[in-house]
Amino acid sequence: MSRPIRIAAGQGFWGDWLEAPHRQVTGGPIDYLMMDYLAEVTMSIMQKQKSRDPSLGYAKDFVPLMERILPVLAERRIKVTANAGGVNPRACAQAIAESARRLGLAGKLTIGVVTGDDLLPRLDDLLVRGHELRNLDTGRPLRDVRDRVQAANAYLGAAPVVEALRRGADIVITGRVTDTGLTLGPMIHAFGWPADAWDLLAAGTVAGHIIECGAQCSGGNCLVGWQRVPDLANVGYPIVEAHGDGSFDIVKHPRTGGRISVAGVTEQLVYEMGNPAEYITPDCVADFTTIQLRPAGKDRVRVSGVRGRPAPDNLKISLAYSYGYKAVGTLVYAWPEALKKARAADRILRQRLADLGLQFEAILTEFVGVNATHGPLARSVDEANIPEVQLRIGVRARDRAPVERFTREIAPLILNGPPSVTGFAGGRPKPEEIVAYWPALIDKREVEPCVERVDV
Amino acid sequence: MKRAAARTVLLVELAHARSGDKGDTANVGLIARKPEYYPLLVRQVTAARVARHFKGMITGPVQRYELPNLHALNFLLHGALDGGGTISLKTDAQGKVFSTALLRMPVRVMR
Repeated sequence: MSRPIRIAAGQGFWGDWLEAPHRQVTGGPIDYLMMDYLAEVTMSIMQKQKSRDPSLGYAKDFVPLMERILPVLAERRIKVTANAGGVNPRACAQAIAESARRLGLAGKLTIGVVTGDDLLPRLDDLLVRGHELRNLDTGRPLRDVRDRVQAANAYLGAAPVVEALRRGADIVITGRVTDTGLTLGPMIHAFGWPADAWDLLAAGTVAGHIIECGAQCSGGNCLVGWQRVPDLANVGYPIVEAHGDGSFDIVKHPRTGGRISVAGVTEQLVYEMGNPAEYITPDCVADFTTIQLRPAGKDRVRVSGVRGRPAPDNLKISLAYSYGYKAVGTLVYAWPEALKKARAADRILRQRLADLGLQFEAILTEFVGVNATHGPLARSVDEANIPEVQLRIGVRARDRAPVERFTREIAPLILNGPPSVTGFAGGRPKPEEIVAYWPALIDKREVEPCVERVDV
Repeated sequence: MKRAAARTVLLVELAHARSGDKGDTANVGLIARKPEYYPLLVRQVTAARVARHFKGMITGPVQRYELPNLHALNFLLHGALDGGGTISLKTDAQGKVFSTALLRMPVRVMR
């Protein structure tokens, strides 16, 4: 039987802890470093960057992050899978190749590039041929917003990652590959799992789901016993120790903080969960009601029993379109009667917006410290004695103009509204373009993943 | 025979939870702190009860799924996030702490 492989999570999102990848590659033995960069609307941010400069459109801070660890990767033969390529994986690969050459690693590393997820250039062709690309949540056909679409990407699975590894890539840089595919790919490659081994593919998918949010399964953001999680300042990011039979352990490097426990792994399993019996990916459908967890030593949880089924014939695609504008303004009111003052300020502001004739799709008021997260369920607040309340008011409109005007109505309240107000040092809020998410399905035969090799 | 008296506790004493988002839907995964608490969660924390609990906070229906293997329930709260994602004006636009709001629910336990 083949030896287990160790796949370490290095980034759980674009903006995660910059120290984590370095700690993962130096803190103990690993075979793969997996880094997930892409949230639902990240692609549209990258598409915008690319439209301004064709050499951009990927996670730029991936490059210095990699530059720091490239020598260790080369020395220890650790492979990387990362969807940091965004809408421009080739440019991302070129930037990494240049870093590697600067570090004297020419000839010592091979980069694999996965593309084929970008459907934006083919969008009109797809619509003309009858693909309506209806919104999975609302049922609306894409033609309703076609002229405002900024990005369109199919979720690719593990297959092109496996292909890149098979062709000798040490670093696999992808566009919109699923978070789970970045972990499953190395397992398929290492163990030679067949394309229809549904239970094994589901096991690898579950492993990917557990570590895709980084430290969120190793003690971070963990509600159960949170005050007893040791040394979060030094938190160890998770590592999957995977076996060829589909069972795996979740572990972390020795001498790191955090905690790997059944309760913590369970919290991550149910995170962003839909129907647990059908966790759908391009690779398989994983049944989360079959997962068995048990403690297997200090900071070690064994996962087994995962069952899977064939993936559907459709791939999910994510589109991003320009929706409108929003802005959020905040002011802080102090005791006495802090909440009453904040409520009065809200009434005054709303009246002024109405008197100006401004049209908004939505105005939302929250009193932070009172009802922002738990709404009417938070009944135990001592309204009379609360030391301060933050008034947080947001507006949303299809046009920029009313939102822009709203941003000028916050500061005047400081001098011409209720008293005891502070907390406006940040200045006027800025109108923000809303780029919204449009999930849809497409026949998988319409999408052809492409794998290229870039030699360093 | 003397009947065991029941008392009311908040769900947070029996369960922990984590939540996330899919568009305008928040999910709350509710996990029994001990396996023996799970049947009580199944009996008392029904989809209908959760819908009543969140009255005024969500605009759509509530779905519940059972994960007996993990001693967990998964709730989908539709219309919970003011449009969700980038559209939402809420502090908790991604539903990250909806989980804790569910843990305020009172449940009946035997003393």
